[in-house]
Amino acid sequence: MLDIQNLQVVYGTGRLRVDAVKDVSFHVEQGAAYGLVGESGSGKSTVLRAICGLAPVSGGRVLVDGKEVTTPRTKAFYRTVQMVFQDPYASLHPRHTVDRTLSEPLAIHGEKNDAETRILQALREVGLGPSFRFRYPHQLSGGQRQRIAIARALILRPKVLLLDEPTSALDASVQAEILNLLDDLRRKLGLTYILVSHDLAVVAHLCERLLVMRHGEAVEETTAEALRSGAASNEYTQSLIQASQGYSRASKQPATALAG
Amino acid sequence: MTKPLLDVEDLRVRFHLRTGTVEAVRGVSFQLGRERLGIVGESGSGKSQTGRAILGLTPPPGEVTAKRLAFDGIDLLTASNRTLRTLRGGRISMVMQDPKYSLNPVMTIGEQIIEAYQAHAKAGRNEARDKALAMLEAVKMRDPGRVFALYPHEVSGGMGQRAMIAMMLVTDPDLLIADEPTSALDVTVSMEVLRILDELVTERGMGLIFISHDLKLVSSFCDRVLVMYAGRVVEELEAKNLREAQHPYTQGLMRCLPTLVDDVRPLPTLNRDPAWAL
Repeated sequence: MLDIQNLQVVYGTGRLRVDAVKDVSFHVEQGAAYGLVGESGSGKSTVLRAICGLAPVSGGRVLVDGKEVTTPRTKAFYRTVQMVFQDPYASLHPRHTVDRTLSEPLAIHGEKNDAETRILQALREVGLGPSFRFRYPHQLSGGQRQRIAIARALILRPKVLLLDEPTSALDASVQAEILNLLDDLRRKLGLTYILVSHDLAVVAHLCERLLVMRHGEAVEETTAEALRSGAASNEYTQSLIQASQGYSRASKQPATALAG
Repeated sequence: MTKPLLDVEDLRVRFHLRTGTVEAVRGVSFQLGRERLGIVGESGSGKSQTGRAILGLTPPPGEVTAKRLAFDGIDLLTASNRTLRTLRGGRISMVMQDPKYSLNPVMTIGEQIIEAYQAHAKAGRNEARDKALAMLEAVKMRDPGRVFALYPHEVSGGMGQRAMIAMMLVTDPDLLIADEPTSALDVTVSMEVLRILDELVTERGMGLIFISHDLKLVSSFCDRVLVMYAGRVVEELEAKNLREAQHPYTQGLMRCLPTLVDDVRPLPTLNRDPAWAL
């Protein structure tokens, strides 16, 4: 479904040149969920942005459904690929009602004639009732806002959903609801996901395969299964796994020995 | 038991707004010795307002009341502003969430630490400078001399947060309040910052209040945990006994986190019982 070959993203030139993504390749099949994990500055979000045209593709190729993408991206591309952003407080227009937010993609693609039924259906899909249709973002909680952002992405019936840290701005209990929703939607609608997150547990929950990134480079491609069994071969992946288990006093022993 | 460092009884923080009174903290009581206390809760549970109220930093139009709010025998509610000023930053200090916003952008990191030190200790310029450098070394800066002369925008998030900790600990406080000190940082960096914090707190025998939304992190870092919901403490437990939590809210919070170890699908979600907020 999605094929990334030797992707490079470069910002600036000369002394100011920054190689945000260096030679990253991966392949995602139809209906699969693929995770990108790494710390901030590892280039994981930049990969997503390069796929949907928000960052320049400086080298390599991005193929969707076997066809290389063009810059600027075509309308047909956005009908296939949609993105959900990290912060639902920032990604919804504060002065647009839910109805207007959801009808915008339909208007862009000239499909306004059955807008009402599709908006109501989109709301139902993300587990919100019709009573939410004429609310403003400030009248919604964080989790409800993220549901609206997901509904907006789904209303065009895309095949691929790019998820950029979809739960990191949310509380733990709300995160669980959104993860369940994403899981359900993928099964029901046969979607393909690319999920970017710094949280290994979230990625392992939602995705089958994942790529660990660091400093713009791919460190290791592994499976959620391997993460669970602790079979990560790479040292960096190991340290991420350890950090995600919470703080451990045991590993600080050498440091205190030095201080004493 | 010796006299507690901090004694809080029935703390309430209210905001009188045009639309009515909102009570953000509704009767929180706890005592703190020289230990690590974690306060956990979701956004809006009143955990940060509790920390701020202790320092007298409740933003207007907030109103703080309590049966007792005493630090080392000093009543913080009736203390003069002058006393509060010597306490704040001197004997009680606070590490905020994001070093990007809490450091002064137009002052070098070294100058800021010197300023914090000289505000509370009678010290000459050279002594303050030595102290600041020693402190930067204590937070494991690789090259304290270089970091001393840097501006906050020139350092990474992890370094900024360590500089912040250095500034807050330079006056040797008895109590440190850390409000989400690592949530703006990457996982591996935040482990490093926590390790430094842990060492310094243990070494100096300080009391620590660690405010966070991350139940897993708090339970692995603190000795005791208060779980807050809707402005109240719903449960208080030893961190190591977190698995035996009694309150359905705490249990729900524990269960709804995805884990690497097992694959539960769908994740159990939290069914909020209105009775919890009563």
